Amino acid sequence: MSVETREARQPWILLSPALGAVALLLFVPLVFIAVYSFWLRTATGADQVGFFLDNWAEALTDEFYRDILLNTLKIAAITTLVCALMGYPAAYFIARSKGNKAVLLLLLMLPFWISYIIRTMSWINILGVSGAVNWLLTGLGIVSEPVQMLYNETTVILGLVHFLLPFMVLNVFVSLDGIDTTLEDAANSLGATKWQAFLQVTLPLSLPGLAAGGLLCFVLGAGTYITPLVLGGPTDAMFANLVFEAIITQLNWPLGSALSLMLLAVLGALVLIYNRYLGMAQLMKGLG
Amino acid sequence: MSSVILRDIVKRFGSFTAVEKTSLEIPEGEFVTLLGPSGCGKTTTLRMIAGLLDPTEGDIEIKGKRFNDIPIHKRNLGIVFQNYALFPHKTVAENVAFGLKYRDVPRDEAARRVAEALALVQLPDVGDRYPKQLSGGQQQRIALARAIVIEPDVLLLDEPLSALDANLREDMRVELKRIQDRIGVTTVFVTHDQSEALAMSDQIVVMSDGRVEQVGPPQEVYNTPASEFVAQFLGASNILPARCTARANGHVALDSDVFGQIDVPAEKAPLVVGEGPAKLVLRAEKLLLAALDTPANGEIAVDATVETVDYQGQAVRYFVRAGDAQLQAINMIDQRPFSEGAQVSLRLRPQDCAALPA
Repeated sequence: MSVETREARQPWILLSPALGAVALLLFVPLVFIAVYSFWLRTATGADQVGFFLDNWAEALTDEFYRDILLNTLKIAAITTLVCALMGYPAAYFIARSKGNKAVLLLLLMLPFWISYIIRTMSWINILGVSGAVNWLLTGLGIVSEPVQMLYNETTVILGLVHFLLPFMVLNVFVSLDGIDTTLEDAANSLGATKWQAFLQVTLPLSLPGLAAGGLLCFVLGAGTYITPLVLGGPTDAMFANLVFEAIITQLNWPLGSALSLMLLAVLGALVLIYNRYLGMAQLMKGLG
Repeated sequence: MSSVILRDIVKRFGSFTAVEKTSLEIPEGEFVTLLGPSGCGKTTTLRMIAGLLDPTEGDIEIKGKRFNDIPIHKRNLGIVFQNYALFPHKTVAENVAFGLKYRDVPRDEAARRVAEALALVQLPDVGDRYPKQLSGGQQQRIALARAIVIEPDVLLLDEPLSALDANLREDMRVELKRIQDRIGVTTVFVTHDQSEALAMSDQIVVMSDGRVEQVGPPQEVYNTPASEFVAQFLGASNILPARCTARANGHVALDSDVFGQIDVPAEKAPLVVGEGPAKLVLRAEKLLLAALDTPANGEIAVDATVETVDYQGQAVRYFVRAGDAQLQAINMIDQRPFSEGAQVSLRLRPQDCAALPA
């Protein structure tokens, strides 16, 4: 074997465990799901093997699914916006703090040590009828009866922000941390106020991080079913809840497969658009 | 008229004093260099003038006005940073025009001034490129253009040449001085490189450990160092213990073990008063090695042994032993250097010596 072929093969040898895992754990199941989506669930509850377009016809034409998809995208968009507005200042603070950066980043990671489901359910103890806020309000005599604050769209967004904010902060932080602070000094020396220097220099240079954080928040937010399940009301279902419902509750794997592929296609398209304009490199930087 | 005045400036970071009570007057239009090793307080001083740091004590005046409480964006100073600090997301022209945006300069005048500044730094055609597309030297020129296009009251240069490689650094040195002469702006230049300081400055301020060691024109600082530190920092010097035995006829008689009595010109020993212990300062470049049989015409001659030879092409750095003392000599050569172990005659002229109080 010549040196060139050995060198050409080396990256593939190094990549093979990862490629194997992706193929086995992601690509193969995805093909199964795709195949499933063309099967049909009969009235008896048995799956009929074949090539049927019924599930796809239902998923693509039923307005119920379309409305929930749009609502899902709306909730994900609002969540992303809130995360950006809340996360940017936090990331800026961490990036510009001297010395205790590592501690602040550790604090940011801390929530990941507790299960996402537990974190979501903790809101019931805070906002629920017998939760902390109601206990305080009734205790202080501000309200006579506990107020129902849970199980609406706002609490779903609240839960999603709680879940996704660290992703935004981390991405923006990585971006801000890579910006040379003398650029702001230079802008100041040329006559820009601190705020003008931020708008002219720091903000534009941190946009890739903001965009990467935004994409992550949006995709993760749009794909979740736990938060609306725990914190949403009956009308607050998101698209992933439909998949959950079809597969777990109704055991209708073919329809659930079609629906999940639909969500995958929509989010995949968004990632492609992002990649077209901002590139995946920044996203990778943010994740690394 | 003085353009920049520092009055009893002190800068402390916690318990660490970066700059100790320093006063300095920089005349209008002069090129003044703050020279010293890293940690000497030169950059801290520059950053206080710039407004990037607040002095702990003391006043900063620029053009007769107290500047302490004026925020940086209102100071009208041009700063060139060590790492250029060009805005990577803006084109060269946008970078240069940045400061004009905040000065209400009409659009067409701004465009004209940007073009002029780019022409001045000899890069007239790069306006629509991005900084990354330029070489380090070109980026440095753009940073300079950006700083001078606003017609600053003072130009502050923070080690602007240190990131360039050696050849380019010398070209930029000449270029920078040419531009400064041309626009006549008062300039404060920070460097740790003595040759940059000597070549470019009207005045050199030598700093060490947060204190000013000496202020003077390059020749004066070089030829008549005011302290042992200055003598060592600007070029290599040999400093020998000596005794001042007499002071007469414009000469100071210095007696040292190695060289016997040397009559040092009084103007090169301004700080030596009265008789008693003193230090003899011998520049390594002024200490010449000669073959033993070379006739000495008026020079002081002492026999010595070559211990180490550090060949540098057109020059050689020798370490020689004369009596108990090891001395450093840097000689220009046109042939082969003396070899290690060779017996030589050390020559020096009294007028090339300087003296410091012990």
